[in-house]
Amino acid sequence: MKLASVPAAVPIALTQCAKTFRGTRVLEPLDLHIGAGETLVLLGPSGCGKTTTLRMIAGLETPDAGGRIAFGADDVTALPIEKRQVGMVFQSYALFPNLTVRGNIGYGLKIRRVPAETVRQRVDELLGMMRLTAHADKPIDQLSGGQRQRVALARALAVQPRVLLLDEPLTALDARLRDALRSQMNTLLRELGITTVYVTHDQAEAMELGDRIVVMSAGRIEQIGSPREIYYRPANRTVAQFVGTINRLAGERRDGMLTTTGGAVPLPAGSTHASPAHEIFFRPEDAYLADPAHAQLRGHIESTAFLGERTRLTVGGAAPDALLIDVAGRVELARGTPVGISIAQDALIALS
Amino acid sequence: MNSITASLQPAAKPRPRLRLPGARTWLAAGQWFVTLLLCAFLIVPVVMSIMAGLTVNYFKGVSSGLTLRWLAEVWTQYHGSVFLSLEVAAATLVVTLLTGVPAGYVLARSKTRLSRIIEEFLVLPIALPGLASALALLVVYGGFTVFRMSVAFIVVGHVVFTLPFMVRAVAAVCASSDLRTLEEGAASLGASFLQRFVTIVLPNARPGIVAGALAVLTLSIGEFNLTWMLHTPDTKTLPVGLADTYASLRIEIGSAYTILFFIMTMPLLVAMQWLGVDATGQRSAAKKRVTASSSKSPQP
Amino acid sequence: MNDITFPLRWRIALIAPALAVFIAFWLLPMGALAQLSGDGHAFATYRAMLTNPRYMSSLGATVLLSAAVTAATLVLSVIAGLLLARREFALKRTLLALLTFPLAFPGVVVGFMVIMLAGRQGLIGALSLKLTGDRWVFAYSMSGLFLGYLYFSIPRVIVTVMASATKLDASLEEAARSLGASPWRIMRDVVLPALSPGLIAAGAVCFATAMGAFGTAFTLATDIDVLPMTIYTEFTLNANMVTAAGLSIVLGLVTWAVLALARSVSGSAVAASA
Repeated sequence: MKLASVPAAVPIALTQCAKTFRGTRVLEPLDLHIGAGETLVLLGPSGCGKTTTLRMIAGLETPDAGGRIAFGADDVTALPIEKRQVGMVFQSYALFPNLTVRGNIGYGLKIRRVPAETVRQRVDELLGMMRLTAHADKPIDQLSGGQRQRVALARALAVQPRVLLLDEPLTALDARLRDALRSQMNTLLRELGITTVYVTHDQAEAMELGDRIVVMSAGRIEQIGSPREIYYRPANRTVAQFVGTINRLAGERRDGMLTTTGGAVPLPAGSTHASPAHEIFFRPEDAYLADPAHAQLRGHIESTAFLGERTRLTVGGAAPDALLIDVAGRVELARGTPVGISIAQDALIALS
Repeated sequence: MNSITASLQPAAKPRPRLRLPGARTWLAAGQWFVTLLLCAFLIVPVVMSIMAGLTVNYFKGVSSGLTLRWLAEVWTQYHGSVFLSLEVAAATLVVTLLTGVPAGYVLARSKTRLSRIIEEFLVLPIALPGLASALALLVVYGGFTVFRMSVAFIVVGHVVFTLPFMVRAVAAVCASSDLRTLEEGAASLGASFLQRFVTIVLPNARPGIVAGALAVLTLSIGEFNLTWMLHTPDTKTLPVGLADTYASLRIEIGSAYTILFFIMTMPLLVAMQWLGVDATGQRSAAKKRVTASSSKSPQP
Repeated sequence: MNDITFPLRWRIALIAPALAVFIAFWLLPMGALAQLSGDGHAFATYRAMLTNPRYMSSLGATVLLSAAVTAATLVLSVIAGLLLARREFALKRTLLALLTFPLAFPGVVVGFMVIMLAGRQGLIGALSLKLTGDRWVFAYSMSGLFLGYLYFSIPRVIVTVMASATKLDASLEEAARSLGASPWRIMRDVVLPALSPGLIAAGAVCFATAMGAFGTAFTLATDIDVLPMTIYTEFTLNANMVTAAGLSIVLGLVTWAVLALARSVSGSAVAASA
């Protein structure tokens, strides 16, 4: 269901934006371009600077001298948040306890002195869109977590923002609810078409919701790319280790192969000739069990973990580090069983 | 086998440990005794004075009969002081609301060193003896006769003494990070500072404001140290009147006057107890927990 | 974090009224009082005052009395406060309300309560007459004053002790019990150390209040030798503003020093409950 009269989406541009708090540099100067209507996800562990970046775009923090932020053709660096016309959903939702659901959603419109009738219409429209009509006149402390989240979203959207900013909006909810709301959120964001910046530390959210993902760590951007790019071609170790699980094969380069404890695998194309010692990485789901006589690597089972839809095997002896291999659920292997592992050629990753 | 069991047995027979039957029970009894004794210590004189104000003759005791005569006498003589106390308390409340609520908000939201220092200073009037504050006021303003003889002079003394309580009560509520996030939410929706302060900060600071208001009213009605030094025959509040009657008049009259005082403060104290406001004018942690848990919501 | 949503001009505007009132009606007057107490030659005046035996014995008596009251109050309040904080029993709320009712009493009313208990027709006198044949009347002496100070200190400190006691972690005591500690050892090693910041804070406030208490002494007699009474008589009977001012400053400094000492020992707990 599309909202009536949605404004044209604007691109966002951050130029050389850095942030220092009390002498500590929490964000290195970064450049970021977000396309009009794009959903960009800022992903990283706590302390990586993603929330700071979001708050700078919102106008709750100012970048250090030299930083510029533009919404489309407007330079908004000097504008406070009240004037930027953004819609923001906070991690704790920040719903006003002294107002009802209706009061909360209509707050931004009342501030702008929109006529009462128009406010009512718009609030009703949003209540319907978020399936909150039955709760319209309740105080917010009677709502469940999922309902509050929808109120927060409705409130942000009511003022027809140029940009939608979401600060870990699903983190406060329990796991099952999060999964369900994630896909609803995805559908909603696609329909709205507003330029959206979404902060999370959960990679499943990032992968499902983001048109592009910005992986951040310690105040820097590590990589920007589509979910597939981030996952299959991580730029460096930090990204590879943060997004999903990664296995490391360490050994020596020889004749176009990497020889390691339990065997050898072909080097991926384009790997650097830095030194004889070398490392290749791969994801657990890209390896498969094979007959030890013909497999690339040989090892033995150290432990198995049955996770429902898959079993994660910890294999030792194939490489200096233990390897994690995911196989389909119905596999039972005893400790110590000798196994062979083969890895798809295009799944081998070289990292700097 | 023998050596193992032998090593497990104690080398010598242990001395029997002297244990009073139910040491914990004795302690508990002792605790109860002290607690009840304290309650008696605090309450019995109150009851006695109430009775004294209602009996015909204190020396003869209740057997001499109950009467409202003393209350009536006290009322005709001293009702002016009751109204004056109320007037002063109300005026003090208005001034502390206007000055203390914004100040409490600023001090809670400003984490700078300057705000710490200001907070330290604002607390001084209650840390230092009221007598000193009163003398100080007389030294500076005693010469302005009109001011010095008016009710406003008393109000000023009360404001100085009660302002820290209002500031603290409001600051305690405003300091929660929730309020800060709410303000950011309102700002993201376009509200200016003044709009945010009026529509979001004040309504959500209400528990602190109410707690502070109750503390201010109670303290003002009961204030003596400052008021005694500052008062004139025309500006006698209830506690000042009490001091007069205790010294010079029958004990029944003093007691009846005290009953009036109890009647005035009782509703305030009940309200404070009910809202969980403690002696410093802040809402107790238990009450805060109760209101917080009532906002937990069911799963969808 | 830098707070953009709270501009500087608003910070100034919102705190200005309170600061104005404070400066005009407390800070400047106190400064004037201090200046007056110096009477032109501050050093000489203060030296004369501090070496005057009458004033110093008055100060000493006040300090001793306040210290004794603080000690007694802390002990009694810990005993009663722990019980009240931890046990649930019928009428607990009523009992608490009764215990905290005297919080609102001015010193004069407290003095009157002491007279009710220990005056010439007091309850204690009547009881002692029946039990020992001797009527105990001590309201108009230091012991009466002690009783009075106890009367207004206990409710305040009990409330603080209860607040601290509810924050105690019960599992620490259970661990001590599982290791075989007796109730006395648990009190000494687990409970009191955990309560001590709150107790130091409450004790400091109790001391400060007792030092500055005036109404109670005023009601009980005009010749009890505590410093606030001395200040009062110098001011009203002897019209000796300089001495009254000087003694007030000394009283204020001693009180402030005790509070500052307690705060440095126990952290910010004192500021919270002062």
